[in-house]
Order: sequence, then C-alpha cells, then structure tokens
Amino acid sequence: MASAVMNMTTAALDWVTVVFDAPLARAVVFGVHIDGHLVVEVLLVAVILFQLTRKSYKPPKKPLTEKEIDDLCDEWVPEPLHPPITEEMKAEPPILESAAGPHTVIDGKEVVNFASANYLGLLGNEKIADSCITSLEKYGVGSCGPRGFYGTIDVHLDCETRIAKFMGTPDSILYSYGISTIFSVIPAFCKKGDIIVADEGVHWGVQNGLYLSRSTVVYFKHNDMASLESTLEKLTHENKQAEKIRRYIVVEAIYQNSGQIASLNEIVRLKEKYRFRVILDESHSFGVLGNSGRGLAEYYGVPIEKIDIITAGMGNALATDGGFCTGSVRVVDHQRLSSSGYVFSASLPPYLASAAISAVNYLEDNPSVLTQLRSNIALLWKGLADILGLAIASHPLSPIVYLKLKKSTGSSKSDLELLNIITDRVLKEDSVFIVSTKRSVLDKCRLPVGIRLYVSAGHSESDIHKVCDSLRRVAALVLV
Amino acid sequence: MTVLLPIPPLVPIPPLAVPGEVRRMVRLTYLTALTTLLGYVVFFVFGFLRDLFRELLDWSKSDDLRGYAPICPPFEDFYTRRIYHRIQDCFARPIASAPDAWIDVVERYSNDNNKTLRRTSTASRCLNLGSYNYLGFAAGDEYCTPRVIESLKKYAPTACSARADAGTTRLHVELEELIARFVGKPAAITFGMGYVTNSSIIPVLVGEGGLIISDSFNHNSIVNGARASGATVHVFRHNSPSHLEEVLREQIVKGRQPGTHRPWRKILVIVEGIYSMEGEFCKLPEIVAICKKYKAYVYLDEAHSIGAVGKSGRGVCELLGVDPADIDIMMGTFTKSFGSCGGYIAASEEIIRYLKHACPAHLYATSMSPAAVQQVISAIKVVLGEDGSNRGAKKLAQIREGSNYFRSELKKMGFVVLGDNDSPVMAIMLYNLAKLPAFSRACLRQNVAVVTVGYPATPVLLARARICISASHAREDLIKGLKVISEVGGLVGAKCLPAEPEKAKKMD
Repeated sequence: MASAVMNMTTAALDWVTVVFDAPLARAVVFGVHIDGHLVVEVLLVAVILFQLTRKSYKPPKKPLTEKEIDDLCDEWVPEPLHPPITEEMKAEPPILESAAGPHTVIDGKEVVNFASANYLGLLGNEKIADSCITSLEKYGVGSCGPRGFYGTIDVHLDCETRIAKFMGTPDSILYSYGISTIFSVIPAFCKKGDIIVADEGVHWGVQNGLYLSRSTVVYFKHNDMASLESTLEKLTHENKQAEKIRRYIVVEAIYQNSGQIASLNEIVRLKEKYRFRVILDESHSFGVLGNSGRGLAEYYGVPIEKIDIITAGMGNALATDGGFCTGSVRVVDHQRLSSSGYVFSASLPPYLASAAISAVNYLEDNPSVLTQLRSNIALLWKGLADILGLAIASHPLSPIVYLKLKKSTGSSKSDLELLNIITDRVLKEDSVFIVSTKRSVLDKCRLPVGIRLYVSAGHSESDIHKVCDSLRRVAALVLV
Repeated sequence: MTVLLPIPPLVPIPPLAVPGEVRRMVRLTYLTALTTLLGYVVFFVFGFLRDLFRELLDWSKSDDLRGYAPICPPFEDFYTRRIYHRIQDCFARPIASAPDAWIDVVERYSNDNNKTLRRTSTASRCLNLGSYNYLGFAAGDEYCTPRVIESLKKYAPTACSARADAGTTRLHVELEELIARFVGKPAAITFGMGYVTNSSIIPVLVGEGGLIISDSFNHNSIVNGARASGATVHVFRHNSPSHLEEVLREQIVKGRQPGTHRPWRKILVIVEGIYSMEGEFCKLPEIVAICKKYKAYVYLDEAHSIGAVGKSGRGVCELLGVDPADIDIMMGTFTKSFGSCGGYIAASEEIIRYLKHACPAHLYATSMSPAAVQQVISAIKVVLGEDGSNRGAKKLAQIREGSNYFRSELKKMGFVVLGDNDSPVMAIMLYNLAKLPAFSRACLRQNVAVVTVGYPATPVLLARARICISASHAREDLIKGLKVISEVGGLVGAKCLPAEPEKAKKMD
C-alpha cells in the first residue's frame, strides 16, 4: 500500500519534472530556453507585480470638521479646581497676638509655647532687635531686586562671610527663604542621569528638589545604615557606568518628620568607600548640635571638608528667615549662576541678614545657651517618660521631641484626629501650645504621625513641668 | 587620568530662530542677527582654545578627584567660565544703601582677570534705574517705617514656625483680608517668598492628568511649578490669543493619550500681567474670553503689575478692564511695588480653604516675617488713601507719567524700545553681547546704574538693557538718566532707528 503511494508520488514528480524541463517552443529568446518552469515563474512575477500596485489598506481617516471640534469642546467638562471642602479643611490654626517666644498670647490668654523652633531662645533678644532696627532704618524692608541686579546689599556679603567663618568653610551663599534652599541646591548639582540615594523620611522641600532634578532617586529605610549600605552596594556593584556619573547621598541632620539624628560617621565611611558625595540639610541642627553649635559634623568630630554640600534654613535656631548653603569654593560659586531660587528670586530682606549676623555672634559668644538647651531636653524626656499611650520616638539630643501613639489606630488619618483632639484640649484647658504632624497631599513621606514639641533654651523648668503634667492628664482622658 | 576634551556646551541653547512676530517687535534685521552670532562664535572659539591650553597645562598636575565624577562637568559651566566671567563686573553689583532712586554702588576690583571680585570701601552715588521699586517704598517711608519698627518690637523678626503651626499672627490675618479686598477677590493666602508661591501652588491645583498651557515667556518659578506638578505642559506663542485657541482646541480633541482620547482632568492657562523682560502687558481680555469659551482655568501672575499699573494700582485687570471674578487664581508678589517680600494668591473662599489645607509652603515653610507683613499693610493703606493722605494717588500718577515720558524720549532718540504705554518696565535692545558690558560700564562711569541682561535670561540674539522707573524718580533724575543713556547709546551704536531731529537737538 505504502509502496503504491510512493510509486504514484514518484511518477507524478517525474511527470512534473519532464513538463518543467520540456522545451515549450523550439525557440531561444535571448539565449534562454523557453521551458515549462518559465511559465510558472512568469505567473508568479505577474502576481507579485499585481499586489504591489494595489493600495495598502488604511482605515479611512477623515479630519474632524470645525463643527465636530466645537461639539467635542462643548462636551468636555473639567473637574473643579478644588475637591469638596470637608470639615477638617475648615480648621484654623491659633492666632498669636505677641512674639512667638517661650510664652505667647493666644486669644488674650498667656500660653506656654512649645510650637516654635526657637531653639536658642533668641526671639525677643534685645541685641538682635536693635540690629534689625538699625538695618530697617538704613535699608528699608525689602531689597527690591534679585542678587544679580542691585539686590546684593553689603549686609548679604557680610552675612555670607560670617557664616562661612563660623562653619569653617571657604564660602557660603545666602538664600531668601528657608524651604527654597534645598530645592534649589539639589537641581543645581544633580541633573538627568545622576544617581541620588536619599532617606525615605526627608521633608517635602528635599522631595521637591529630588523630583525637579530628574535624576534617578533611590530611597533607603529611614535612618537605617545597613539599608543604606546595601543600596549603595547594589547600585555600584559591577556598574562601570556608575563611576562616570555624579552620585549623591541626601540626608538631614535632624529629621523634621521624626526627630532622629543621622549617623554621620557611618555615612562618611560609606561615602568614601563607594565614592558618593553627601548633601546634608542642617536646618534643625545648626546652632544646636556640637559643643559650639557648629552642627552635626562637630558633634561627630568629622572634619567639615568631608561633607560636600551643607544647606540649612535659618528660621530655627538663628531666629531669622532665609537659608544658606556652604561648601567648597567650587560648590558655592556654581550656585551663583545655576541655582534657580537664587538667580530668579529677590534677595533676602537686609534686616533679616543683620539678624542672622547678630545671632551667629551671640552663639559664638555664649556657648552656655547650648548646655541650657540640652538640660531642658533632658528634663522634658524625664517628664514624658511615663505618659499613657504616647511614646517618645526621637533621638535624646534632638530639640524636636516627637511623641507617637503607642498603639496606632491603623490609619494615619484617624491617628491624626486623635492627636489633634489632644493638642486642642491641651491648649484650651491648660494653656500649653503644642502641635501635631501636618502632612500635605503632595508629601510622599510615610513615617508615622505624632505630636511635636520644640524645646527652647528659653523655657524655664516650670514650663517643662507644666507641659508634662498637661500631656499626662489629657492623654489619660483621651487615650483610654 | 581621564582626559576631558572640550566638548561643545550641552546647555540647552534656545533655538536661534526667533519667531516672526517677535522679530518684527524687536526689529531684528538679518545683519544684526548675523553679526551677533559671529560675536558668539568668536567667544566660543577663544573659549575652546583656552580650555584646550588649560587641559594641556594641567596634564601633569595630580588628579585630586580620586574616583569621583567632577561635581561640575566642564561643558556645563563653559558659558560661565569663558563668557560670563569676562563681564562679571556688570552683574551682582553690591550696594551700600537702600535700593532707592539714588544708590551707593560699591566699587570692586579684580586681581585675576575678573574671575574673583573684591569689594573696596569706596562707593559711588549713582542713579538707580534697575531696582524694582515701582512705588518708591524701598527706603524708609514716613507712614510705613514707624509702624514696621513697632511691629518688629512686638512680634520679633520671625515666628520660627510654619503658618499652620504657630506662625499665624493678627498681622497675617489682617494682610490676607486687606490684599483680598485690594485685588477684588473673596479671600487670599500669603507666603514668605514669591518664587515658592508659584512652585508650591501649581502642583496642588493641577496634578497628573491635567494640562497646563503657559506662555512661552513665563518666569522660571512658573516653569518649575508646572514641572513639579506632574501635569502635561504645553506652551503657546508669547501673547498670542489665536495660538492659545489653536492649542486648546487641539488638546481637548486629542485628550490625555493619543490612542484612547481620555479627556483631560482640567486645563490651567498661566499668563503674567507684565512680562518683566519685555515690559509689555498680556492681552488679558482676549485670553480670558477664550478660556471662558473652552472652560479652562486662568492663573494670572501679577508679580510686576500689582500696585504699579491701573488707576488705583489694582493691576492689569483694572488697566485692561477685566473683571477679577473672571480670573480663577490671581497671584502676585509684594517685593516689587510694596517694598517688602513675599507673595500671595487671591481666589474664591473654597480654593483658599483647600490651599490652606494642602499647600506644602503653608504647612512647612516659615511664615512671613511680621515686620514685612506690616510693611505691606501700610503700603497698601497708602496706595488706597486710607492713611489719610493722597500720597498713594500722587505716586501712581508719578510713575505713570515718568515711565511714559522716559519711553517716549528714548524712542525719539532712535533706540529700539520694548514695552507698552503705562508700563514702568522698558527694554532697550542691544542685541550684541559685546555691547552689554560697554553700555553697563560706560553708564556706571557717569553714575547711572543700569541693568543689562543677556542669555540665558533672554533669547540668544536679543540682549538688552532693562529700565525700571520708580515713583521716587524726580523729573530731573529722569532727564539726567536720558542724557547719559543717549550719550552711551550713541557710543555703542544702539540707536538703530532714525532719531527725530528737532527733539534730538534739544537733548544736546
């Protein structure tokens, strides 16, 4: 059976071969014999040419007429600019009627103020107020121009020199607002293609700067040096490209969102091992840490040259406004033309620069104010140790004392509601002013919410006892 | 040791092609464009040669980078090192007095060919044609300064706290009510810095899935805010309502994604009142009409126009006859006309309530210094006449007359001057980069302080000198300024148009 099929197939193939090679016409056209297979080839070529001449199939696309565009535009309905207003959005902060020192006046009543970052107690200092008034009388209030166009007043240059001298760096540059310092510095040095390793608990200003820089950002676990090391290892392991691009580690000295202190000696060791540069935001540690208030580097005994870029807002310990950035000459010089918050914005009002100079002078002349601050923090820690339902989550040396709920309700929103009840009652019933965490919708930080107490060197012992007693009483009532 | 060859600068140079209507406005002829470009080419060639020699000379020096990439690659700051440093003495001139009509410009010298400049203790008294001091509140004012000093003594220089924490004082609340009333909106919110206002408000209003259409000449703070928001950003030709309409129609039809045509969440159109580099007003009535038709929201940045234009100083809306209720968000700064610092947003009650809940600058940034707040309150009271005198009206009339006089005289001399009538900002076109330092230094020698701007603040071919008139300039000051500018302008060859003969003779 199989052999019969085989025979038939072989016979058919033989016949086809004969027909293909059989001369059709006893003619030779251009030296080519007209054989049978030529017919098939000619047919194939004809079919191909026929297909090529057909137009390719495109679904018919007629442009929209004007009327259709008009209709589409009429149909489109935008979302409103704001979402529906909820009750929590209507809450108003308390209105102060005097200076925000350790004691302030709210609604006609005197309250103890633990909500201002007045770490050295310089608000209300006579010498600083006098220097401000002299400055106001000489220069007016505003500087009426950016630094490049007659907005550079000699007090700005004096302030920059004074800060650089205090920190021990070659030069520094002044910014006109605290929060704009870090989000202008980061995009000036980090561009697309660079690598940044940042702590996940950095505040919104840093997050905005990281986003604007368009670099590759990798976050490591909050204040966890092991996580940092493994991230650095992963990024640089067998990555030849990494050596040619700029690499940065961005950390805060004292984290605004948790009160933790970064371990600078570990960070410097890792930075030197993996060849990264460090950008350090010292807003809450400048004038607080270290024997003379020179910040985190002095506290850890790290030479200041090892930290590449230091930024700080002056709205905390120095009791003025604005910010500065300091580092090597190259770092500071580069910002004068490429930092957008410096070039495209009016400069710091001159009286605030004078206040900064006076504050730094005061700090250098009176280092005892730091010991006062430290003893106040220690006293507060002792008093808050046994509060029902609240635990201290910050570093023992941090002037931001962070209290979080021992047992969270499960969602940030309800935690915050509970904490707000506590802070409202503490203010209304005991005249103590404390604040809870505020989170913006744009903030990507996911650290737990809590109550913040800002300790000042100007607080007296009775103030500290008062806040501890008040919190103990109200927490027991609210957090059963 | 790695060899860093001089690579052509990769900084984003805006296209050399200048759009047609801008070319006509600035009278850019092909000859001017060509010679300006030739000047740049010469600078670049010399810069490359110098970089090359620097490379060769540094070959033997040890590499102290030790495995780090340079913090500033050579091509990134090529423009700074090789072009900007040559003319560095024309910028960032320190002053030793208040930024009033006359200032003490500190003299500087350099020992290393302008790379670093050192201050001396001498200063020369110059006429100030550069500071943003439109209503003359920069130096002490008889009504404002005593009240500012009182506020400083009462509230201290700062509150060391954000507005949402402990930074709100009675003054802040008063200022917000006052500025809302002044501008003509139901409510307002204030911030300590104008730049931060734009950068942090725009992301709160428009997020991903939204569309931002902004004028091509908008300020850097608006560009940064738009970028930080995550929305799609499109640009329309400067001050061209017809192009805005084209872009709107195209985008609404196209939608968010080309395939699915998902509709945009919302569309925000951002324009400025006065464009500070040109001195011209935005075509607000037409733009507002178009936005109403297509249901887009309007965001008006009145940084330079609030307090300086309009019959009672209420800005471009008053000047151009636009109802403030038609504009969704009005933004402005206090730095220019009110002699203080900070910015504000004025809008409906609900939007302001939402912003106070959500805006990061309100929740995290230090609140505005109370003394600066008092300065703004007092300045607005003077402008409105609520201080019991008519100084406000006099200042407004003075700045209007002064700027119109100055502009018309400059045009008669044959300069190419940008800027609309009634605008206190005007620009004298210089085009060529080499004319900037010549103009600037020659004016300084004759005790007139002017501001000259080139790339990157302006397009590459359109360098200019920018004049800001103030209400504290007396007529004699303006005449002296005109005389010096006429002389210097003639020397550098900036008088591109024919001068009017009889008036020109009168100037001499």
